[in-house]
Amino acid sequence: MKSGSNLEQVLTEGHFAVTSEIGPPKGTSADFVRKTAEHLKNCCDAMNVTDNQTAIVRMSSLAACAILRQMGIDAVTQMVTRDRNRLAMQSDILGAVALGIRNLLCLSGDHQKFGNHPTAKNVYDVDSIQLAQMVKTMRDEGLFMSGDKISGEVPIFIGCAANPFADPFEFRVLRLAKKIRAGADFIQTQAVFDVPRFSAWMEMVRDEGLHEQTHILAGIIPMKSAGMARYMRKYVAGLMIPDDLVTRMEHAQDAKEEGIAIAVELIEQMRDIPGVRGVHIMAVAWEEVVPEIVERARLLPRPIV
Amino acid sequence: MLVSELKPFDEILHSLDGESTIFLLGCHGCAEASHTGGEEEVRAMKTSLEEAGKTISSWTVLDFLCQKALIKTGLQPFKGQILASDSVLVMCCGVGVQAAAAAVDTIIHPACNTLSMGGAQGEWRGSERCEECGDCLLDFTGGICPITACTKSLINGPCGGAKDGRCEHQPDVRSCGWQLIYERLQKLGRLDKLAEIHTVRDHAKAEPPKALRSTTFWALEQAKE
Repeated sequence: MKSGSNLEQVLTEGHFAVTSEIGPPKGTSADFVRKTAEHLKNCCDAMNVTDNQTAIVRMSSLAACAILRQMGIDAVTQMVTRDRNRLAMQSDILGAVALGIRNLLCLSGDHQKFGNHPTAKNVYDVDSIQLAQMVKTMRDEGLFMSGDKISGEVPIFIGCAANPFADPFEFRVLRLAKKIRAGADFIQTQAVFDVPRFSAWMEMVRDEGLHEQTHILAGIIPMKSAGMARYMRKYVAGLMIPDDLVTRMEHAQDAKEEGIAIAVELIEQMRDIPGVRGVHIMAVAWEEVVPEIVERARLLPRPIV
Repeated sequence: MLVSELKPFDEILHSLDGESTIFLLGCHGCAEASHTGGEEEVRAMKTSLEEAGKTISSWTVLDFLCQKALIKTGLQPFKGQILASDSVLVMCCGVGVQAAAAAVDTIIHPACNTLSMGGAQGEWRGSERCEECGDCLLDFTGGICPITACTKSLINGPCGGAKDGRCEHQPDVRSCGWQLIYERLQKLGRLDKLAEIHTVRDHAKAEPPKALRSTTFWALEQAKE
């Protein structure tokens, strides 16, 4: 075991993993974090907490993950390289381990232009691949990036993102290969709506044998309304939603029910794709729907490892 | 003046791995003044590379490699030699390397690191192309700079935000820099270059002394006081 995290154990034992995600509050309420996490607690193997997602300031992922740990939940701390340099990241990683956090998702982060502090200076001292490399060195060699020795262990299960839907398409598999070489133990993909394109990407992934070198979890975003579907199609960078899904949402009698049904269908389709080892459900601001989706996808109860 | 320094010879040699015939290109402008790409340095490079077993198809030193139109004219007499070479080793600042890469459809390698633009942008004034990072990566990116072409200055490949080949940041005016890099390398048949993982940048190299960051007029202004 690299980290001993629940997620690592579930994946290592060969179960089809379910991870989920919460967006921390734009405020100071620990209760908000607890209440949101309570919805998801029994229907996922690990829970991500986003890090200033879409460049909007929220409670830190690290702090919210510490609250999850107090609740006995396996937390995945997300870390974007947009907001921190190598010193800050390494010190946060030490702190995360001290707080019992065992999973870290390495991300570059959305451009600050899209958030609520568009005039900020971004950092990008390190990119997501280099962050994965840095955590791997910390864990496997016990060394900081400078080569100095770290006191104590750094048991972290290293995650990276992959987006099969952004351009240039052919580069996407190559970049995944780089992330795996850098140290990615698991991958959470951008939300999948366009199944044929995702399948084509997975085929390229399998051709390179990459599905055997890391655990790939396919991203799922349940749609709450037709408006949300149209908005995501138009404005969310690196997301692709086929027109027929938007039409389905528009013509649905009960849009929420339709959104849930689509999410369940997508999960079932993901399970049929060789090399997909789990799903990552991102129902940010609609966390209460996740138990129903996981249940209807026949993924309950979650394994106890 | 754009201040450059020669990369370590081993790094240059490594960038030429698998290539046997090289064309050398120097610059009579700032590179000559920096002692990195004048005739003397080009001749020395020719000797060193030949000692390392490379064949030099030919070489030339042009005025202002950062002037894209001038390069095309200047290289016209060498067309045959360039086409017969595996690659071109360009001995000047990052702007000149990028202008050379845009002018010739062959693999180019930078021989120098650009330490400072010295307050200038060279003679290719369309946009800012070099950020004087002091650790030139153009060898891996087909002669398009990822530091200036990518809004996040990512050096290991694109983020997840590009759509239809455009940067998420300003899709109306910016291409995704990595899309351009990908297309250039694809055209050159060198997509293998993208597999390299670049470790963290040494930002200390991007902080040269103030004097290097200024034009020659700066020294005159200082002298007055």
